[in-house]
Amino acid sequence: MNKPIRRVSFIVAVLFCTLLFSTTWIQFVTAKSLDNRPGNRRTLLDSYSRERGAILVAGSPVARSVPTKDQLKWVRSYPQAKLYSQVTGYYSFTYGAGGGLEGAADSLLSGQSDKLFYRRVLDLVTGKPPAGASLDLTISPKAQEAADKALGDQRGAVVALNPKTGAILAMVSHPQYDPSTLSGHNLKSVQKAWKALNADPGRPSVNRAIAGDLYPPGSTFKVVTAAAALSSGKFTEESQIPGPATLDLPQTSTKLPTDDHQPCGPGDKTTVTHALEISCNSAFGWLGMNLGSDALRTQAAKFGFGDALRVPLRVEPSTFPAKISQAGTAQAAIGQYDVRVSPLQMAMVSAAIANKGTVMSPYLIQDTRNSSLDVIDQTQPEQLSQAVTPDVAAALTRMMVTVVQSGTGTPAQIPGIQVAGKTGTAQNVKGGNPHAWFMAFAPANDPTIAVAVVVESGGHAGSEAFGGTVAAPIARAVIEAVLKP
Amino acid sequence: MSTVTSFRPRTRRNVELVLVLLAIAIVLMAYLNVGLAMDGKFPPDLVKYGFGLFVLSVGFHLVLRWRASYADPLMLPIATLLNGLGLVMIHRLDLAYGRTGSRLLEPKQLIWSALAVVLAAGVIIVLRDHRQLRRFTYTAMALGLGMLLLPLVPGIGRNINGSRIWIGIGPMSFQPGEVAKILLVIFFAGYLVQTRDVLSLVGRRFMGIGLPRAQDLGPILIAWLASVGVLVFEKDLGSSLLFFGVFVVMLYVATERRSWIAIGLILFCAGSYIAYLLFGHVQARVLLWLHPFSNQALAISDQLVKGLMGMAKGGLLGSGLGVGHPEFTYFPESDFIVPSFGEEIGLIGLFAMLLLYVLLVERGLRTALGVRDGFGKLLAVGLSFSMALQCFVVVGGVTRVIPLTGLTMPFLSYGGSSLLANWSLVAILLRISDQARRPLPDSEELAAASSAHTQVVRIQ
Repeated sequence: MNKPIRRVSFIVAVLFCTLLFSTTWIQFVTAKSLDNRPGNRRTLLDSYSRERGAILVAGSPVARSVPTKDQLKWVRSYPQAKLYSQVTGYYSFTYGAGGGLEGAADSLLSGQSDKLFYRRVLDLVTGKPPAGASLDLTISPKAQEAADKALGDQRGAVVALNPKTGAILAMVSHPQYDPSTLSGHNLKSVQKAWKALNADPGRPSVNRAIAGDLYPPGSTFKVVTAAAALSSGKFTEESQIPGPATLDLPQTSTKLPTDDHQPCGPGDKTTVTHALEISCNSAFGWLGMNLGSDALRTQAAKFGFGDALRVPLRVEPSTFPAKISQAGTAQAAIGQYDVRVSPLQMAMVSAAIANKGTVMSPYLIQDTRNSSLDVIDQTQPEQLSQAVTPDVAAALTRMMVTVVQSGTGTPAQIPGIQVAGKTGTAQNVKGGNPHAWFMAFAPANDPTIAVAVVVESGGHAGSEAFGGTVAAPIARAVIEAVLKP
Repeated sequence: MSTVTSFRPRTRRNVELVLVLLAIAIVLMAYLNVGLAMDGKFPPDLVKYGFGLFVLSVGFHLVLRWRASYADPLMLPIATLLNGLGLVMIHRLDLAYGRTGSRLLEPKQLIWSALAVVLAAGVIIVLRDHRQLRRFTYTAMALGLGMLLLPLVPGIGRNINGSRIWIGIGPMSFQPGEVAKILLVIFFAGYLVQTRDVLSLVGRRFMGIGLPRAQDLGPILIAWLASVGVLVFEKDLGSSLLFFGVFVVMLYVATERRSWIAIGLILFCAGSYIAYLLFGHVQARVLLWLHPFSNQALAISDQLVKGLMGMAKGGLLGSGLGVGHPEFTYFPESDFIVPSFGEEIGLIGLFAMLLLYVLLVERGLRTALGVRDGFGKLLAVGLSFSMALQCFVVVGGVTRVIPLTGLTMPFLSYGGSSLLANWSLVAILLRISDQARRPLPDSEELAAASSAHTQVVRIQ
């Protein structure tokens, strides 16, 4: 019986080798992916027992980790409560990190990023408890506060950019929430806050500035149409174009009327500049049909439409419809039909014109600092695209200045500062109140700030809302906060 | 070159003593490690604990010196080490859960360990020759089957973790399958040594393998039906696989016919597949095994997933005893004690632990090679292989080699029945190994009694 016994020992060897292999597979080969699985309490606990980096605005923290006496060692606190909720997001033991930089820059904040590898090795050698990196944001607290205050309790969003660099100076989305209600260690109250947050019909957890449902841009899109028109070489600022009280749309019974149902100029004619100044629908509808949908789509793409940006928060790409009829093109040219934009996108359009036609990549993180606050990474401004030539940008600037000086955008005037802007009043759902838009930059001769504002469903003004009356004062408040000493 | 020697194998009892002391030292270091990591201070009961462990294992060692001086010197140290490390992990989990008073598991496990060692010493003392067990072949069968089926008896059978392999009388619960394992191996050995000549007859040949005659298929079919019954009614794939696997391997060793292994594998696969098609609980187990991270599986149980995450967190080196979070997994001291160790002592520590089992099984198989009687060979192979297969079923279950089952890891897991059974199993193996390594009693006397004309000559 000895021969089969020796064979049995071989079987035993095979059995145990299988176990050596399977344990190796779990503990070595796939260990990292198991660690990173959602809901892995050990990984979460690990990141909690380490000091998470702070998120700083102008040197003071808007999110930071505070030591506690309980098992988790650190609790996340948000000193400004609601003001930065969509920027920072939340960091919750129960629900993980998400909603903003907490989620998008988690590896940096938690100290797991490969960028911090050298630091981690150093910490290992020196025996220092590992800590995450801090993020210094581009946000200007003055602009953020002004935008928050001016928007008040209306739903909507405000984005302000530095047109020369793409740095995001303000990012406000209303309604807001207090992320510290989610970061506590009391499971019950956190669960309650989470449920309330998700049940809120105003959806406060959504960052409307970049990642909400996209909005129809309304007349603010006429700037893109104007850019396409001037870039085509067929038109100048002073070109005479048709501006009848209603524009017949081919192959359909619908007509495109002007807002006041009056012709935009004597003899149903107007100039491109005047058409923008009074936001003439029929003239821009005609321009759109004349240029064709391809020209509009190409121009929109040059401004950044369709780009999946990360700032590092994910930005919902703005869209221009892929295939449209002549009639649809006329409507798209005035920002209706299926054109959908994020407020950040419209701020980028405004910033591009302000920056001689160059679109800069928007970004939120100015620099990354290690736990001893030494800068380890600094964001360098990057050019995203060239939307229009400097000449066209200068012409568009002149046109947008007249909008604020004598057109639909007069409420955005600031004494002593020349503001360039464009209003928008976007038809939304049938029967619903229109969204009020305004985009602007200032000072017009040497712009340092570009803003886009959207107020959902007209805000307080409701059906009486116009971009000029509702959204322009908000943009003015933000510009004033940054430019006035 | 040939010399005249009075060859006498060494007993190796001193080696055993040194290894036992080493095992105790390792366990105490682990205990100290847990105390320092979790309480930040020297555990005050370390000395008491060490003394208890010392009395038990050295006591058993002395019994071996007295009654089985040629017994294998590695088995006792390995069993001591594994049992002690299991105690440390259970103690560590007691601390993690903040258990106090009568809810503490470690003191209970310590008492069970003591009882198990005493029982094992009793086996060594009472059982002077393993061949005595052959007399109980059919008694063992009756008892073993009875034990196996006991959990199905209404009133005392208990469903724990979806398997019906427990019995409970009052507050006591017991896994009779552990004891049935030993009894059935005794029965298989006794039965097969009688019938091996018949069973090894070759019927027709098929693809170069001699198939047994159809009329000899009876025993394997009965064993198969019994194991399928365990799978279906007790919902326990592990026990089912264990009993049938051990039977097939012993049948193979007894008859030296590989066809039995092929037949056994085919029968087992067919039985499992049919059970999979027919029974929801088997399908659930398979789902948990193949797709543990799917939403359907997580809705049933996230135990396996939690164990896997624990092992992954342990990585190569482990978090260190007392530093990880094995308490996040359900049943970290019984079914999932292997992931608990994987997390805290890492892959390297787990390898070392698995190699201890390999060594234990290998000593058992070596005993089977060395012992002279067929019954002893079969018994030793059966007991050793059952240990190996049980390890495979348990560790394979938590590492997704096979579906998860409710068996316990020998010596490590919390549970009295498991400790009693496995210490007794080792005691029987020790007894057989004593027979195997003991020199033939007559060889020396023969030499001494020989006249000048004859001599026993060993050629080396």
